[in-house]
Amino acid sequence: MINKMEAKHLDFYYKDTQALFNINLPVEKNAVTALIGPSGCGKSTFLRTLNRMNDVIEKTKVVGEVLMDNKNIYDPDVDPVELRKKVGMVFQQPNPFPISIFDNIAYGPRIHGIKNKQKLQELVESSLKSAALWDEVKDRLHDSALGLSGGQQQRLVIARVLAVEPEMILMDEPASALDPISTSKLEELVRELKNNYTIVIVTHNMQQAARISDYTSFFLNGKLIEYDQTNIIFTAPREKQTEDYITGRFG
Amino acid sequence: MSRKLKEKIGFGSLAVCTFLAIIPVLLIIAYLIYVGGPAITWEFITQPPHGFLKEGGIFPAIIGTLGLTTGTIIVALPLGIGTAIYLVEYSKQNFFTTLIRIAIINLAGVPSVVYGLFGLGLFVLMLNFGRSLVAGALTLGFLTLPVIISAAEEALIAVPDDYRNASLALGATHWQTISRIVLPTAMPSILTGAILGIGRAAGETAPIMFTCAAIYIPSLPNSIFDQVMALPYHLYAVATQVPNVPESKAFGAAIVLIAIVCGLNLIAIIIRTKMRLKNTR
Repeated sequence: MINKMEAKHLDFYYKDTQALFNINLPVEKNAVTALIGPSGCGKSTFLRTLNRMNDVIEKTKVVGEVLMDNKNIYDPDVDPVELRKKVGMVFQQPNPFPISIFDNIAYGPRIHGIKNKQKLQELVESSLKSAALWDEVKDRLHDSALGLSGGQQQRLVIARVLAVEPEMILMDEPASALDPISTSKLEELVRELKNNYTIVIVTHNMQQAARISDYTSFFLNGKLIEYDQTNIIFTAPREKQTEDYITGRFG
Repeated sequence: MSRKLKEKIGFGSLAVCTFLAIIPVLLIIAYLIYVGGPAITWEFITQPPHGFLKEGGIFPAIIGTLGLTTGTIIVALPLGIGTAIYLVEYSKQNFFTTLIRIAIINLAGVPSVVYGLFGLGLFVLMLNFGRSLVAGALTLGFLTLPVIISAAEEALIAVPDDYRNASLALGATHWQTISRIVLPTAMPSILTGAILGIGRAAGETAPIMFTCAAIYIPSLPNSIFDQVMALPYHLYAVATQVPNVPESKAFGAAIVLIAIVCGLNLIAIIIRTKMRLKNTR
């Protein structure tokens, strides 16, 4: 097992409130790691520490380390802007920009300095193909992305992340705003993507975690209660709290 | 009283209010056209005045007003948008920014004649621009600034944070996010608000009478340091300062002024509709 990322003794604070307590969690390369737990348990906050999106929020503080390829991403010499290029993120609500489908996908490459039209076109096409959206949009690349359905928008957002050629993809409840058919397409896509990317996914839906993830970690009140292979978590959890949660006794 | 009757009375009185609000607008326009309409000729619009305003047209005043409007845009638009970007996107909430916001709100409430005196003191006398197009445009620019800042702030705040997060998460810098995503998204609303504010400034009399406008200059200005005629001040002059000018000439000038302001508003509407269509097509 090769760890792409590893959180070590990670604490996180919003102002004076501690939101994460001593998190130690490995993220295996080319696997899907699911973060589950009730609302407010800190799983989204934890996810956002992995690409330093919490830096954007004022008055937050991180203590501890997050190692990516054995380098702490909170070291002073790490530029969060460069880090986010390597660690892409998909949000809960599909958030395409109000511009064309093509320009949405090309946005990332463009901000990273790619101007060559040929290269941009190739990237747009390959990203849309990897996100299983190409066939649906290839004839209307220059229409507004806002005209797509919710499920298509979410796959567009994933294609937009892929176009930056990241090493990891973080997903924050990516299917919670989607209908069941779009959800199953998205899950299929996640399973495809893990061949080339390391994926961490926050989900409220335990069946989803069971279906698509290789490892599952259970969060409660800002603490990591249990981490293991997904089939073990769902069949023979060590902790009582984990069992209570996955059997639906609370949360 | 039955609920249906109450509803009828409610909607009825709202309709009456709407009707009453529209009447003055219609009356003003009808009266203007009735009195000033006959004065509107090709010559009136394209010729300079002669015989000390009693004869000829208002061409220099139209050019003066268009010049002042352009100047106002050049002064107020970049400054206003820049300030709003700083306040919304960069500055943290603290005592200093609260102070700036209060200042902007108060600035919007300052009577225009006070801006005129300010412009006279600062641009005409202290900076020694003299009474000139540039002094007038700067004064009108500062008059419009609070409106543009407020409009731009509202527009920037209305841009969903989802867009900012998406851009930052793709590895964009803060500035790339603002210049490539946030600002283009907010632009239609910013321009709409700005043009409405500038239209307001185009019709102001007090700020330009101290800083820029002349009653009678039959020729066009040669440089931005020349005085110019301007429609609002021309109106004031023919109505009160110069005896024996035919009434129709004053009202004709008023129609032209209103047409310019309406034209600006129309541009604002077109920009908004076009950009919205483009974004959602």
